[in-house]
Amino acid sequence: MVMKPAEPRRAPELSAESAVGGSAQSPPGAGFLTPDRQAQLLHWYEQMVLIRQFEEAAAEMYTRAKIGGYLHLNIGEEATVVGSMGALAPQDYVFSNYREHGHAIVRGVSPRAVMAELFGKATGTSKGRGGSMHIFDVEKRFLGGYGIVGGALPLAVGAGFAMTYQSSDAIVMSVFGDGSTNIGAFHESLNMAELWKTPVVFLCVNNLYAMGKSVAEETPVTEIWRKACAYDMAAERVDGMDLLAVYEATTRAADRARQDRRPTLLEAVTYRYRGHSMADAGTYRTAEEVEHWRRRDPIVTFRGKLISVGLIDEAGVDEIDKRVEEIVTDAVEFADQSPFPDLSTLYDFIYCESAEEREVTGG
Amino acid sequence: MAKITYREALRQALREEMQRDPSVFLLGEDIAQFGGAYKVTQGLYDEFGPERVKDTPISEEAIVGAGIGAAMVGLRPVAEIMTINFILVAIDQIINNAAKISYMFGGQVCVPVVIRTPQGAGHQLGAQHSQNFDVYFAYVPGLKVVCPATPADAKGMLKTAIRDNNPVLFIENLALYNTVGEVPEEEYLVPFGKARIAREGRDITIVAHSRMVLTAMEAADKLAKEGIEAEVVDLRTLRPLDIQTPAESVRKTTRAIVVGEDWRSYGVSAEIAATLQEEAFDYLDAPIARVNTAGIPMPYSKPLESAALPHADKIVATAKAMLPRRFRK
Repeated sequence: MVMKPAEPRRAPELSAESAVGGSAQSPPGAGFLTPDRQAQLLHWYEQMVLIRQFEEAAAEMYTRAKIGGYLHLNIGEEATVVGSMGALAPQDYVFSNYREHGHAIVRGVSPRAVMAELFGKATGTSKGRGGSMHIFDVEKRFLGGYGIVGGALPLAVGAGFAMTYQSSDAIVMSVFGDGSTNIGAFHESLNMAELWKTPVVFLCVNNLYAMGKSVAEETPVTEIWRKACAYDMAAERVDGMDLLAVYEATTRAADRARQDRRPTLLEAVTYRYRGHSMADAGTYRTAEEVEHWRRRDPIVTFRGKLISVGLIDEAGVDEIDKRVEEIVTDAVEFADQSPFPDLSTLYDFIYCESAEEREVTGG
Repeated sequence: MAKITYREALRQALREEMQRDPSVFLLGEDIAQFGGAYKVTQGLYDEFGPERVKDTPISEEAIVGAGIGAAMVGLRPVAEIMTINFILVAIDQIINNAAKISYMFGGQVCVPVVIRTPQGAGHQLGAQHSQNFDVYFAYVPGLKVVCPATPADAKGMLKTAIRDNNPVLFIENLALYNTVGEVPEEEYLVPFGKARIAREGRDITIVAHSRMVLTAMEAADKLAKEGIEAEVVDLRTLRPLDIQTPAESVRKTTRAIVVGEDWRSYGVSAEIAATLQEEAFDYLDAPIARVNTAGIPMPYSKPLESAALPHADKIVATAKAMLPRRFRK
């Protein structure tokens, strides 16, 4: 199948069957593991470990009722998160969904501020107004986690249009799940993005389940990347458990956006070890299936590669674990000790306005 | 003062703001060479080009969503939704994104997007093209909702909307586009949250917005011929709502009718009536009355459609029934 106009690239070793089945593949980008990139590679490894430990701590704090509401974790998806964010430039914008703690942290948002937001504290990224689903950091150009499936895709198209309008070299990434690709906003957004030649990377994190429904139960097109052909958009499918594969594929999509002003639909096939949220025990999946994917764990796999080429040793691994543990412990302590928002601020931020204007708009 | 149509007033506002601020751009269905379904944007494509007058596919959710996204990164989009009936497929973007983004992200970003759209009935367009949904948006904290009734307000409020840092639902009315009124020659802005006394009177207050202001004025003329002086209050803005202006009027007249082109139950008129009785209960000499469109899907057939709509005669009859016996003939 040839997709025009941009030549699609499809990781040939990753068929739908193998992706869903999760069999390990030879890594694309093995030649990338060279000593001159050691600092970058170790940083990525550390970021994956940070996401894992941060999310495990969040889950624990949820069970201790320090965190309320919903809590959707990135555990299992670390390679997709770090590989995709790693391919972006500081000036680029990211719109995500409600499973976004990892994206925010890798984008540079302080783990303290993210954890404090989960705790509902005044020191959180969104000053306690958002919670787990609504992390935001304008400085890091992380333009938010959104709670409505597919709802943030049109925002990315508009931001992408604005980049061209403003003659900016920044691009926009839109992160969403496989379930989003069945909603109208997805189709309107892809259509408009290609029609207007907007510099947007649509990253579908296909973790094979939309809440309790498997991809095959939700759509006849289980290879999500193929949906791009309806809009003549470049597309690619990549093994989302392989950090380097995700990084390379995202780099191609980002280059296409930055240089050619063209969008891409990038599908990263991955797996969440936990349920959809903390309230979901995941009974719709077999223990064997989960175990199968755990054997392809992105952190273990990447660590093995780094060790095999001599870029890290066991002592180095332990050092990173320890450092991350300190960061996460510090984030939890910071969140716990931070104050809740003052009740007098209940009506703050409804509108962007001066004090005089607020007199008029009231509550 | 120049006499121009409501349509021309809107076009002047768009042109002036686009000339003043390069971050202002328009997007919508057939707004470019076609000039818009109701010709509001006619001529702007020739003046400003395809990047600033941007035609879109028929994708209301993407139109509104793209406007929000562009606003978040520094532009001032003015999105046109051809009629308010089509906005329902974009309501998720307006309510879950535009209205929430400032608040739920702790005030880190503003969403200066304007969504222009006409509502209103009376053109035999049937059940799916004759609706009034301003209440859906006036209900939502985080939005601003304005409904100008005159060409002067249309121009001054659209300019204010474009300069506002918040999402604004700028709700026009199909039947107002061809109406004519005086508009100042010099630059001016009309602030939000300030109602207008459209006509002074001592006997009864008629509160209205959008096209119903004209209907209320017609009713006031008829009442005047019978010696009844009605005061007409044009709300102009539904959110933020200026309740003090109509409340002061009611304290003076002691009677009020709230007129709306929307359905009566749970509508704008219900909110106004409830708030007025909170503000002026001790002054009221009669229950606050409401005159609205019949609670039915709008029928096509002309006599049925006409019977469903609020007319001046209904307001007159309602007013006379509320007034003391000396006013009744």
